[in-house]
Amino acid sequence: MKFDFDWKPLALVPVLALGVLPFIGSPSTWLTLTVAGLAMGMIIFIIASGLTLVFGLMDVLNFGHGVFIALGAFVATTVLGLMGDWTGSPDLWRNLVAIFPAMLVAMAVSGALGLAFERFIVRPVYGQHLKQILITMGGMIIGEELIKVIWGPAQIALPLPEGLRGAVLMGDAAIEKYRLLAVVVGLIVFALLAWVLSRTKIGLLIRAGVQDREMVESLGYRIKRLFVGVFVVGSALAGLGGVMWGLYQQNVTPQMGAQVNVLIFIVIIIGGLGSTGGALIGALLVGLMANYTGFLVPKVALFSNIALMVLILLWRPQGVYPVANR
Amino acid sequence: MSAALLSLNGVHTHIGAYHILHGVDLQVARGQLTMLLGRNGAGKTTTLRTIMGLWHASKGRIMFDGQDITAWDTPNIAGLNVAYVPENMGIFSDLTVKENMLLAARKASRTNDMDDARLKWIFTLFPPVEKFWNHPAGKLSGGQKQMLAVARAIVEPRTLLIVDEPSKGLAPAIINNMIDAFAQLKATGTTILLVEQNINFAKRLGDNVAVMDNGQVVHAGAMQELAEDEALQKSLLGLAI
Repeated sequence: MKFDFDWKPLALVPVLALGVLPFIGSPSTWLTLTVAGLAMGMIIFIIASGLTLVFGLMDVLNFGHGVFIALGAFVATTVLGLMGDWTGSPDLWRNLVAIFPAMLVAMAVSGALGLAFERFIVRPVYGQHLKQILITMGGMIIGEELIKVIWGPAQIALPLPEGLRGAVLMGDAAIEKYRLLAVVVGLIVFALLAWVLSRTKIGLLIRAGVQDREMVESLGYRIKRLFVGVFVVGSALAGLGGVMWGLYQQNVTPQMGAQVNVLIFIVIIIGGLGSTGGALIGALLVGLMANYTGFLVPKVALFSNIALMVLILLWRPQGVYPVANR
Repeated sequence: MSAALLSLNGVHTHIGAYHILHGVDLQVARGQLTMLLGRNGAGKTTTLRTIMGLWHASKGRIMFDGQDITAWDTPNIAGLNVAYVPENMGIFSDLTVKENMLLAARKASRTNDMDDARLKWIFTLFPPVEKFWNHPAGKLSGGQKQMLAVARAIVEPRTLLIVDEPSKGLAPAIINNMIDAFAQLKATGTTILLVEQNINFAKRLGDNVAVMDNGQVVHAGAMQELAEDEALQKSLLGLAI
């Protein structure tokens, strides 16, 4: 019996990166764009990882995921605003000390909203996809309006802390410091998720539930409780992603969640609904594609990711790492 | 027949607009192996799923060990030490054999917490489970998956084991292996309810039998009695054992 790891989807990331190198020409520009793409991809992965598990576990299409992103970002504006002395300091460690609580508070608030969202918006429409789409989109609109009530309708600046501004030079390539931080945070989140999913019983239950929730219940586990937990963690991660995205864009708007939503759905479809490994590959591909096309052919940048999704679905109609039994 | 561990009285089940079970009466004797026979579409799988709470009875009563479990949900029923192996085996293909077993061992949070002596016994019943311990379950053959499904169901001592067509699609050698395994399980005093289409399988293992047709139990009694009565077999199943 031979068990081969399916490396082809994983290889797509370096293939895409190296494939565009001749078109970009300058290696330093290529390196800058690649790091920017990986950073963007990692942030999208943080946001998308919870959503793909939510779909995989309970077949729930949550089009309201964006509200947790926006909420996380707005909470960060408040927390970082209160820590002006720390964010204004040129010391990197003081900046990180400010960002860390902002992330924690954003995750806590988004997670708490996720708990209420699941209870009052998602739970009444289990198993009804059309109603799920409509009611979760409605929930997101209400959430956006509540954000406007609290923080106002205007765009709010979310400047990078002093020590995270600027770039480090690697040869001729200028790599923005914040993008390196985004890659590191993304890797930490991925490592934690991978550890939980592969090394803990809760993780096994989530992976098993994504494949066959009826069998998990037949083994004596309550899949709905597990789902609530995953929904809350997914919402909290979206909140964390919102903080990262807001700092990446250096401003936040109440509609930012809805804008990022499109990218997230592209990512989880490319990855294979319910697959966290697939979501990582999808997110990195989307991040790289957005940056490369933005530089090479800006006019097609807007729909380049949709084209990428179409090409991948023509190759693997259920995504790069389809979940078994689905 | 000893006292019933599980009894169904007048159980009706609807799935959407379809009325599948029409008043099922079934007794599963404690410590014995009861075979549930019947043609395709007779309602055997629906009966098992109704017992497990995967579909709820619209009418009638299901009693387990003196408790009315008719309206219970599946995790609560499984919590009574009832294990279920569905027709499709319910193997988690993306998980390893070890992970499949660990999930079924509800009291264990790590592999080391699993009962070593019981695992060794299971390995003697189903050697492929040990051989492919760290391999993805999805890569096993059909027979190996069936062995894993039953092994997973008995990873902890069970009061009742419910298995839906364990011999379906298996090679004769593996069917014999399954028969040996169920015989050993029966010897431990585990109560077993088996749905089967393979008559030889049923004849070699069954203590009691219930035959279903059109969503009802149309015959119940000792397996040997049915095996010896050719006319009854023909009238109930359309064939002779």
